[in-house]
Amino acid sequence: MSDKDVKIRIEGLSKIFGANPKSVIPQVQQGISKEDLLKKHKHVLGLDNINMDLHDHSIEVIMGLSGSGKSTLIRHINRLIDPTIGNIIIDGENVCDMNDKQLRDFRQAKTAMVFQKFALLPHRTVIDNVRFGLEMQGKDGAFIKEKAHYWLERVGLKGFEKHYPAQLSGGMQQRVGLARALACDADILMMDEAFSALDPLIRSDMQDILLELQVELKKTIVFITHDLDEALKIGDRIAILNNGRLVQQGPAQDILMNPADDYVERFVADVNRTRVLLAKSIMSAQVPSEINHTDTVVVGQDDTVQEVLHQMLTEDALQVVVADEDGQHVGSIDTDTLAEAVSHQVEEEKTTT
Amino acid sequence: MRKAIDDGFREFTQAYGESLEAFFDPLLTFLVWSEKVLLNSPWPLVIIAIAGLAYLGSRSWKLVVGVIVAFCVIGYLGMWEDTMSTLSIITVCTIVAIAIGIPLGILMARSDKVQAVVTPILDIMQTMPSFVYLIPVVMLLGIGKVPGLIAVIIYALPPIVRLTNLGIRHVDPDVVEAANAYGCTSWQKLKNVQIPLALPSIFAGVNQTIMMALSMVVIASMIGVKGLGQPVLKAITNQYFSMGLLNGLAIVAIAIIFDRVSQQYGLRIQKHREGGHGV
Repeated sequence: MSDKDVKIRIEGLSKIFGANPKSVIPQVQQGISKEDLLKKHKHVLGLDNINMDLHDHSIEVIMGLSGSGKSTLIRHINRLIDPTIGNIIIDGENVCDMNDKQLRDFRQAKTAMVFQKFALLPHRTVIDNVRFGLEMQGKDGAFIKEKAHYWLERVGLKGFEKHYPAQLSGGMQQRVGLARALACDADILMMDEAFSALDPLIRSDMQDILLELQVELKKTIVFITHDLDEALKIGDRIAILNNGRLVQQGPAQDILMNPADDYVERFVADVNRTRVLLAKSIMSAQVPSEINHTDTVVVGQDDTVQEVLHQMLTEDALQVVVADEDGQHVGSIDTDTLAEAVSHQVEEEKTTT
Repeated sequence: MRKAIDDGFREFTQAYGESLEAFFDPLLTFLVWSEKVLLNSPWPLVIIAIAGLAYLGSRSWKLVVGVIVAFCVIGYLGMWEDTMSTLSIITVCTIVAIAIGIPLGILMARSDKVQAVVTPILDIMQTMPSFVYLIPVVMLLGIGKVPGLIAVIIYALPPIVRLTNLGIRHVDPDVVEAANAYGCTSWQKLKNVQIPLALPSIFAGVNQTIMMALSMVVIASMIGVKGLGQPVLKAITNQYFSMGLLNGLAIVAIAIIFDRVSQQYGLRIQKHREGGHGV
């Protein structure tokens, strides 16, 4: 995350589904439970007072199980769903105040979306699908042609221009979806469970493609997923939704080390921490005064625990010293801490340093 | 009360009959023109034109041969003129039904209110015995081509309206959402997404409309529409079995040709659905 500027600010956003959502706003604001709202008032609380900032140039993952409201939330960003109360402010503009025309212009210029079920146009060829967003923007023909071919090539589908979506595999179809979105050159890329329908190997490939492209594009990517491993792999920050509430938002390290409640704790329980936790998260700030070079290994502070372990084992070391980017020694990790990190039982006091 | 309605309608007829007739004049001109074109052109040219259209629609040589044989037999048996009259009325009816039906179906698909109003009207149009609405039409416009045409259109219009509505409502909501997410105007959405994806259903509607128009030919002939219906009518009153049968078979032949050609065309425009990976 290079830049901490807020791109999208969501303020007090609630969404109530039902016959007359406005009528139950007072009850919701008084904190009525979801169950009572459904039983007594026959309304469903989809999102409950969400406040969150999404940063510019970073991949912001919104995670939750089905029914947690994550797909509803992402659809508020480009107002495919209208909020019951609350505001969505993007680049200082309130999306909720836009009229139809402004909203269309905003969607064309600022957002592009990739869908779980691809949502390609089945009657159009692959290249014509990629052209779709640009055509809606009303760009001129030569420009559209160039962009469409460029992005199709970038997602690795050169040569498939004249195929129809139904002739491609799921992974390839989603590449078309990605190319269609990227061709629009919008600041905000919204991905609604974009890789969830793909099989694991293809999904991993797609994640790599996305990360690779993001290094150069630096877009604001809002990525919805129910898969924690995916969230940890691609997210600069992760927001966890449960039952329409935002439970926790922060970098992966924070979520793993300091789960906000039982729900998050259970969520992260099965993760292979050694691949996510960084040396700087578990080190103590004490730098040993003397370094015995025969049994000490120096690791970078952004190395994962797995990498630290690997270096220790290959160099047969007993002590780990952590260095920052400039090579300054900033801390150390003793073997007990490492063992605890590996056995999923890192205690908080050792990690807050 | 019946008397009151009848009197009221009679007055209405006297007052507005002529202006209504004038209103439908373009329709009559169109019908007369198309009949003249078909009848005045030399018959080989007409057969070649129809066979060509059949090929363009179906890309099937078998069907083209069938068309040529059918029309030669019709000509040989002396039913050429009546067949041309029927063809022209079917063509005009279908064009008018498409021109009214598709936009109406689109309107219905976009608004539940319109659907709630139009659906019962379509039900009435389809189930009301044709003779009943022939009475006011004949009272207004007299006996002749135009009232016949209107009667056929009333009967043939519902399927295209219904199937256009259904087709658009059944377009994959995910794709419609994608169109919205990319900032389509409703016209762009209609043109690029909804109509193309509803086309198979719309085509089934056109096909049904043609079939229903053909089935109305005999009834229309009772109020003076020329064509294959008139000899059938004559055959019924005079008990000419072979005459009725032959003209009936000619209607069937036209129906089969229209049906196969439009079905093949409908299949061909769905080619993109092949490939095994459902979208």
